[in-house]
Amino acid sequence: MNKFKLITKGLIKENPTFVLLLGMCPTLATTTSAINGMSMGLATLFVLVLSNMAISAIAPYVPDKVRIPAYIVVIATFVTVLEFLMKAYTPAIYETLGLFIPLIVVNCIVLGRAEAFANKNSVIDSACDGLGIGLGFTMSLTILGMVRELLGAGSFFGMKILPEQGNILVFVLAPGAFMVLGYLIVLFRKITAKKGE
Amino acid sequence: MEYILIIISAIFVNNILLSQFMGICPFLGVSNKLSTAAGMSGAVCFVITLSTTVTYLLQQYVLAPLGIEFMQTISFILVIAGLVQMVEIILKKISPSLYSALGIFLPLITTNCAVLGVALTVVQKEFSFGGAEPHMLNLGESVVYAFATSVGFGLAMILFAGLREQLSLNNVPKSFKGIPIALITASILAMAFMGFSGLV
Repeated sequence: MNKFKLITKGLIKENPTFVLLLGMCPTLATTTSAINGMSMGLATLFVLVLSNMAISAIAPYVPDKVRIPAYIVVIATFVTVLEFLMKAYTPAIYETLGLFIPLIVVNCIVLGRAEAFANKNSVIDSACDGLGIGLGFTMSLTILGMVRELLGAGSFFGMKILPEQGNILVFVLAPGAFMVLGYLIVLFRKITAKKGE
Repeated sequence: MEYILIIISAIFVNNILLSQFMGICPFLGVSNKLSTAAGMSGAVCFVITLSTTVTYLLQQYVLAPLGIEFMQTISFILVIAGLVQMVEIILKKISPSLYSALGIFLPLITTNCAVLGVALTVVQKEFSFGGAEPHMLNLGESVVYAFATSVGFGLAMILFAGLREQLSLNNVPKSFKGIPIALITASILAMAFMGFSGLV
């Protein structure tokens, strides 16, 4: 039950995008389509689970003063591993996400979880926490990507479902990212507030 | 001429915040007041220019000759973290007034993705300005590009802080309070910056 709670809390109660408002750069930049958003979410999930596990394992041996640089090196190592894996198995997605793969290093979600959870919990718990937060991040990026793709390109996961003339191009460009995220946060707040009553 | 094109392109056309989405955390986090936004912009400007120069040299003289470009991410983030620490120590010694103005923002800059983003962009991407052949930037161009990008960061940051100061006086619906209305404002600001596209 405890492990299950650790995983599910990242989805709604501590959703990194809509509630904690962390990791905004990849959220806005890579969600031009649902597939891109989901790939970015899964890439972050991979790094988050592994770095959380490694950091919770080494945390007792790292002096307090140098912990942040040490954590950053651990995270950067896993990001480099991820880069190699993506280059080898999913080169097309690697090309589209481009610079935002190495930038996972400075994603505040990853360092934030290391600092707030992994360094004082067991390896298994940290893995569950990473999985939960990572899934929450993937979910919100996919939703954001779905909305932007539908409005901007009239398609759903790459399948055309709306006629060409209905496309509002601005939603796949920069301003659309800010606007859709703004309205989605409002919607999320409305829904969760109702549940709380 | 090339330098002027780089500057206009980096500040207006490809603004780092409003069209490339790097450094959004400080953009949303410290843009409540004009003075803090200006302080943050100053510190970022300083760090981006310095760190891009150092990482460019590191890439040219260490990583590329040894054929270990895959170490870029790890080595660059360490260089940036070290530089930020060093700038903090030096500023404290040389100019206490500047240090107290920028002080609190400096540690935050390490995790500002704009810094790592610019450092990686200049060594990985080919640029073309004004219809010229795409080419990798040389040292001078990289430094100018980094500086202009950080000026663009400052410009967007200060404009946005001005807007948010006005916004705080208005009566906003409850669900929109805070970040959502700021994001929608940023969207309109980004639309205004879209007007510059096609300039270079």
